[in-house]
Amino acid sequence: MARFDKIKELRVEHITKRFPGVLASDDISLTVGEHQILALVGENGAGKTTLMNMIMGLYQPDEGKIFINGEEVSLKTPNDAFDCGIGMVHQQYMLVPNMTVLENIALGMKKSWKGIKVDLAMVRKQIEEISGKYGLAVDPDAFIWQLAVGEQQRVELVKTLCLGAKFLILDEPTSALTPQETDELIALLKSMSSELSIIFISHKLNEVKALSDRVSILRHGKVVFEGSTADYTSKQIAALMTGHEVEVNANTDEPSKGEDSLVIKDLCVRSDRGFLALDNFNLSIRSGEIVGLAGVSGNGQRELAEAINGIRKVESGTITFQGKQIQNLTPGQVIATGMGYIPEERNTEGIVPSMSIKENIILKDSESDTFSKNHILKNGVIEDTAGRLRTEFDIRCPGIHTAAGSLSGGNIQKVILAREISRKPKFLVCVYPIRGLDMGAAEFIHMELLKLRKSGVGILLISEELEEIMNLSDRIAVIFKGKNQKVLSRDEATTEKLGILMAGVKEDE
Amino acid sequence: MNNYKLVYKIAVVAVAVLIALLVGAAIIIAVGGDVFATYWIIISMPFKNFRSLSEVLIRMIPLLIVALGIAVSSRSGIINIGAEGQMYMGIIAATAIATNCGSLPKIIVVPMCIIAGGIAGGLYGFIPGWLKAKLEVSELLSTVMLNYVATQFFNFCIRVPLLDPMEKSGTPMSRRVAENATLSRLFRGSSLHQGIFLAIILVVVIYILLFKTTWGYKMRAAGASERAARYGGINVSKYLIISMVISGACAGMAGAVELMGVQGRAVAGMTGGYGFSGVVVALFGALHPLWIVPASFFFGILLYSQVNLQILTSVPPNLVKALQGLIILIIVAVQMVINNPYSIERFRKRFFAGREMKKTEKEA
Amino acid sequence: MDFVVSTLTLTVRFAVTLMIASMGEMFNQKAGIFNLGCEGIMSVGAFLGMLIPFTMVGAGTAPGYINILGLAVATVVGLLMGLLFGVIVITFRAPQGIAGIGMQMFGVGLAGTFFRSFIGGTQSITGISSMEIPLLSKIPVLGKILFTHNPLVYFAYLLVPVAWYVIFKTPWGLKVRAVGTHPRAADSLGINVNRIRYQSLAVGGAMAGFAGAFLTLCQAKMFNAEIIGGRGFIAVALVYFGQWHPIKIFLGALLFTFAQTLQTQIQIFVPQFQAYEFLTMLPYILVIVVLAFNRKSNRLGPSALGKPFNREMRV
Repeated sequence: MARFDKIKELRVEHITKRFPGVLASDDISLTVGEHQILALVGENGAGKTTLMNMIMGLYQPDEGKIFINGEEVSLKTPNDAFDCGIGMVHQQYMLVPNMTVLENIALGMKKSWKGIKVDLAMVRKQIEEISGKYGLAVDPDAFIWQLAVGEQQRVELVKTLCLGAKFLILDEPTSALTPQETDELIALLKSMSSELSIIFISHKLNEVKALSDRVSILRHGKVVFEGSTADYTSKQIAALMTGHEVEVNANTDEPSKGEDSLVIKDLCVRSDRGFLALDNFNLSIRSGEIVGLAGVSGNGQRELAEAINGIRKVESGTITFQGKQIQNLTPGQVIATGMGYIPEERNTEGIVPSMSIKENIILKDSESDTFSKNHILKNGVIEDTAGRLRTEFDIRCPGIHTAAGSLSGGNIQKVILAREISRKPKFLVCVYPIRGLDMGAAEFIHMELLKLRKSGVGILLISEELEEIMNLSDRIAVIFKGKNQKVLSRDEATTEKLGILMAGVKEDE
Repeated sequence: MNNYKLVYKIAVVAVAVLIALLVGAAIIIAVGGDVFATYWIIISMPFKNFRSLSEVLIRMIPLLIVALGIAVSSRSGIINIGAEGQMYMGIIAATAIATNCGSLPKIIVVPMCIIAGGIAGGLYGFIPGWLKAKLEVSELLSTVMLNYVATQFFNFCIRVPLLDPMEKSGTPMSRRVAENATLSRLFRGSSLHQGIFLAIILVVVIYILLFKTTWGYKMRAAGASERAARYGGINVSKYLIISMVISGACAGMAGAVELMGVQGRAVAGMTGGYGFSGVVVALFGALHPLWIVPASFFFGILLYSQVNLQILTSVPPNLVKALQGLIILIIVAVQMVINNPYSIERFRKRFFAGREMKKTEKEA
Repeated sequence: MDFVVSTLTLTVRFAVTLMIASMGEMFNQKAGIFNLGCEGIMSVGAFLGMLIPFTMVGAGTAPGYINILGLAVATVVGLLMGLLFGVIVITFRAPQGIAGIGMQMFGVGLAGTFFRSFIGGTQSITGISSMEIPLLSKIPVLGKILFTHNPLVYFAYLLVPVAWYVIFKTPWGLKVRAVGTHPRAADSLGINVNRIRYQSLAVGGAMAGFAGAFLTLCQAKMFNAEIIGGRGFIAVALVYFGQWHPIKIFLGALLFTFAQTLQTQIQIFVPQFQAYEFLTMLPYILVIVVLAFNRKSNRLGPSALGKPFNREMRV
């Protein structure tokens, strides 16, 4: 059935792929041998996923060839890739939430489609076989939506192996895991490498060091470096990844002695699915202080940000801002108290994508005296302001009439930042501010946040990047299952300590 | 540099028009009509004389007013296909006043009737707006259902409470509107009436509302991205409902104008499909008040052609409805094609790549 | 008693139209396509169902096979119209709501045009008559209600469990469900998302065409341009009401047909009731009320409903 008994070598040669306006892969060549683990490293947007999607037959390369065991293969659809024994676990899990584990795996197993009825018994047998062999326990009859993130990832692995993968591609498999879960996964993959070859995409260098034999670094769609992992330090790899020595803007000032600005007490908030996403959450933040909120995403961060900003209903508990209770106010009322908010979904929530930059600048202030009078917009003032902010925040765009949605991620974030900072907020909630941005934009945004802190504004920084949190924060809180685990000062915090807290273990236990 | 994009857009639109004409031709052939004669009648008849041109204009008036309302709601993120029902409600309210308050001076009665129509239509538009904002009921379904409800209610009204007691033929219809409540004709020998002024005023008002005021800004933001608008402190539900009320009010006023300027009394089926055609007009005018003016003129021509087709050809006037549907399908498809960067890229490679290569060779 | 029995009998018979149409729409929506054009396709189907026996035999009684031919042609044309809708919303990725309105106007206009041209004015046909099943129809009350219909009615009812089986047990159903809920997942497993969506539109279109023809052949026995009268839209609403589950949709179709039949029956049995327009409104109001109280179901549905699939567009 499978085309190759073994994959001794997978080689891509001179792969080039263009999307309109973007060169996603630029003459990439790579080789992975049997039982090898290759780490593919690069910043967001460097073209890692695009390259892997081409190996999976999801995209077609514009130029270049792919070889298995020296034989050229044509991968037009994922089925071709499965036939060759290649399988991939995508970063966003490819599981249908309202179907069972069994059905999800049957969806890929064409063998089970022979009759009128799906042969679920056969699929079940296969699942049992695979989970036994690799020690990956899954419940075949559970619905996907019932499973936690870690379990879903196991299902993905089982699915990929059931489809006969001998060559595994893992796209940022640890991005949603705690440091401890990550360690387990790495141990598992290490043991699997005696039977499989693996390409492992990551931008977390400690994982790369721990797992991989070889490392390839992509930058702007090009392979800029290849080598044996053991020969290089994390720092050297980081420098190659970004193209320059990483300079971090760090917060080295004395911790703020300001008054409490935002106090959250016993806050309970429900998620979209109806369970308690925040469960008696407590936290207070002073003016002129950055508090980082660390945690694996999905532990209530989004709900916290939305509850503070009036977008999500608060079940119980209080949010006190500058001495006034603001829980369950409307978003408009919260904005009026001087709250600023950089949301997680910058493309769909932070801006109205089809509206111009100029119109996005006044999103929160169309009724203010500056921009309108008797409900008539003052176009001149709006254009002047937009033009000024464009220069001040270095927003690279054809003009202020350009649709904001057509800008790059970094520039969209600058539009949001420009709007929020120019409103002179008394507090800023900042969610994953540099996710997916290039180093330049990220540095710029961090600089602005530190400036804002200096001016006495309190900032709640929600992030998954421990490095970002540890560099910028005065104090660090850790969220797990909707509870605040512990608050550490900048000096106390280490990656290990935070990791343990993120996994839900309290230190004193 | 952007040359090829413009060429591409023109090419796409040209192909779309061609497809529409060809499908139309196929239907005409299928029903045994003469394609060129039919198209010629559609295009030329309106311009034969001033009378026929005013026939187009009196159809354009309700179309324009309805489409302006639909543009407001569509830009706010709610597609109002209930204009038909809102027109009926407007007509009922306007009829009640126009047939009973004839003793008041014209300057009072006419605005009263139009405003009554607007209020009735607006209230009827409020229902689907509220259902969508508060209960997440799809406006596509609720407005369609409300159309049927309004039609039945209208039929009841002209059969019982508003029935003309002098009418002996058994056809349900209301009394004629009072002389003081009619929109006078502007010229002798032409059916063009004062309603056109209302249409012109509304174009300006809706344009300013949408693009110059904070309300319009918020409505457009809510329509373009509900999430972002909510994040920006805009009360999305409120503006959704307001936009539906405005939309319904426009339809209601269009109904009143049709009553007072054209029909003179409420009769069954008098909305004449203006509510649905208004959707097509609004789309065809790119939901922009100024573009809707020529769009409604074009559809005025199409609707007027129904009369001529019936008199002069064997082609059934229902053809126009099929064509309208076809135009919607083509517009929505064309909008996607025009903005698809991949097709643009392919087009550039296919037709412009050679030229660009030559250019670089020369430069080298 | 007569009133009750005849109302129920007609409900059982007339429910077929809505049932088939909404079952077809369920396949569309399960695969992620919201087809408001159902009304237009039904209209064309209804016209063809009339046209074939009328042109072949005239107003007299047509032999069974000609009626079946009418049904078959309506089904095939419905299928093609489903595919046409697919070109617009799948290949061109046009917004489905407004495209559906276009499809509805196109279908209704087209049927009206051809009707005027080929038939002229309102004509009635004999259509497919009911028949009494021996023995069973003699059961008191129930016999009349359940066993005095033509074979098509039973065939249509059989389609309900078949649809259930297809959606939940067959490989195709598995793919349809995946494509409508998480198309990227299906795509990553090598399933051609757009092909499955086209297939489901073909099935949905065919069923809408069939439902239209059933309406003219077995129920109305005549045609006019407004004959569908919103049944296509009600069929779409029923899918929400039935929360994308064939059995619940079936029950919904019975309920709505009951409301519709009840109002016509009241008009017949209680002629002194003057404001019959209010009765005619009832089913439409019922749809709105049901949609309003059913909003939770919006979250149970195929979550990719109405969203065009584009592999290269990240969420």
